[in-house]
Amino acid sequence: MSKESTYIPKSGLSKWFDQRLPLQRMMHDNINAFPTPRNLNYWYTFGGILTFCLVTQIVTGIVLAMHYTADANLAFASVEHIMRNVNYGWLIRYIHAVGASMFFLAVYVHIFRGLYYGSYKAPREVLWILGVVIYLLMVITAFMGYVLPWGQMSFWGATVITNLFSVIPVVGTTITEWLWGGFAVDNATLKRFFSLHYLMPFMIFGVVILHIWSLHVTGNNNPVGVSVKEKQDTVPFAPYYTVKDAFSLVCFLILFAWFIFFNPNILGHTDNYIMADPLVTPAHIVPEWYLLPFYAILRAIPSKLGGVLVMGGAIAILFILPWLDTSKVRSATFRPLYKQFYWIFLVNCIALGYLGSQNPEGLFLVASRICTAYYFIHFLLVLPILGLVEKPKPIPESITKAVLEKIEIKNIKERRAEA
Amino acid sequence: MSDKDPKEPSRRDFIFLATGAFAAAGVVGVAWPLVHQMNPDATALALSKIEVDISQLDRGQAITVKWRGKPVFIRRRTDEEIQMASRVDVNSLPDKNARNYNLSSDSSATDENRSLDESKEWLVMVGVCTHLGCVPKGQSLGDTKGDFGGWYCPCHGSHYDTAGRIRKGPAAKNLDIPMAEFINQNVIRIG
Repeated sequence: MSKESTYIPKSGLSKWFDQRLPLQRMMHDNINAFPTPRNLNYWYTFGGILTFCLVTQIVTGIVLAMHYTADANLAFASVEHIMRNVNYGWLIRYIHAVGASMFFLAVYVHIFRGLYYGSYKAPREVLWILGVVIYLLMVITAFMGYVLPWGQMSFWGATVITNLFSVIPVVGTTITEWLWGGFAVDNATLKRFFSLHYLMPFMIFGVVILHIWSLHVTGNNNPVGVSVKEKQDTVPFAPYYTVKDAFSLVCFLILFAWFIFFNPNILGHTDNYIMADPLVTPAHIVPEWYLLPFYAILRAIPSKLGGVLVMGGAIAILFILPWLDTSKVRSATFRPLYKQFYWIFLVNCIALGYLGSQNPEGLFLVASRICTAYYFIHFLLVLPILGLVEKPKPIPESITKAVLEKIEIKNIKERRAEA
Repeated sequence: MSDKDPKEPSRRDFIFLATGAFAAAGVVGVAWPLVHQMNPDATALALSKIEVDISQLDRGQAITVKWRGKPVFIRRRTDEEIQMASRVDVNSLPDKNARNYNLSSDSSATDENRSLDESKEWLVMVGVCTHLGCVPKGQSLGDTKGDFGGWYCPCHGSHYDTAGRIRKGPAAKNLDIPMAEFINQNVIRIG
């Protein structure tokens, strides 16, 4: 958006419109002609996939709201009504429910791609922070959406999470009762969650626009991590990356469709097909898979206030990540030590997810404490120290040089193989 | 205008300040109803008292009733359970406060201060784990009762003893004891 426009109106009508509302110009400059590094790999297609996920959730959500009833006595039955009576209701609901999981799957790939290639480093700090804001909004939206079917997991998940606010000193209980609109999670809670669950995707949409705006000011990072220097480092977004994104999306949709049509409930919890009962807690309360690492962190700390603070800290620390990583080198490709710690961190996060699904006792508890500690050690010790002690590999002069070198090496190898 | 001292407040300054003050007061005035509408409404506040018939309860049995949308545990304890609870030194407890709304807020968490009657047979508590609000196990005969023979919260592993006091796990407080009294020998009023 800060670059000079290359748009030339083709028809008289376009020209007339361009002088009044340069919408086509904006689309042309930001989509068609937007200069994009020529070396982006498939990990960079998840931004497009995420946009698709957001639109899917909004469209299916609006349709579901036409049939759903937000009332503690009727909600559970209205979801069954959608599943059994509404034409294609089962399909739309499964797309929405599985879609939430696919949305998080894509966002985790997107985040870990950013961590690997150092996409949070200058000048993309604001871009990164906006991304964390989107992620946070996604978590809140998903949580509220999960409450709406008013099953046992909905009810008890809502109870556990809203009770997190009761740790606030002095006013904790007042705030919790304000959130509930009563003395426990009840009808009033369900109705406000429905209202906010409908609102928040549009807030996400707003922040996504800021996220993309910021991306188009700084330009894409790329697997080499070297900034774009000359015109030959880039290709226009269309058709090169529209096609790449579309192909990646199709592959993603195959997985999406497999879940919808063959295993729509595998990511959910069977207890949520039992209507909410305020007098019986299910034996084993677990959040949806995408929040399990945070749940493990919450339960690893043997103090209520401590657990909540550390869990909040686990997300909050992402906001200051650009300043914790002291290395000037972006891409892990040229950071031999960081590369190893990156994979350890990834495995640690998956381990936390597994531990979040287990009972917090015995070895599981010990392991979740170790993994929680390591999560913070990675950000607070490993990243700041690595930047000071690590000796990076030689960095290519430009994107084009890196690409040509790769081709050169490939050619040499082929020639050798032939000989 | 030119003959006026520029340091003197002008009519424009007055309009700026008056409008600003009006807008600020307006924002606060409109914000409060929007915030307060989320607080418990009149119907929620109205459900504050219930009466429970406990004449069918033998020693060692327990029932759960719903009060203000929350479960309330009523347990008629055995001698063994009372002794287990009485033996404990209050100073060794994680939460030394009785958390009993029938007593002053600084009462200590002795078994006398936790139970409802003089014989200490009756225990009436809000059955909501003080950690994150799950309903602890221990009311039914087959339930796991935790390391201290009282209640165990399966969500995050809090153990409560036979007086409903937190002994182990992430919860920080004893189970709350609501306002409760015998209105005759068969009926307890809660709230």
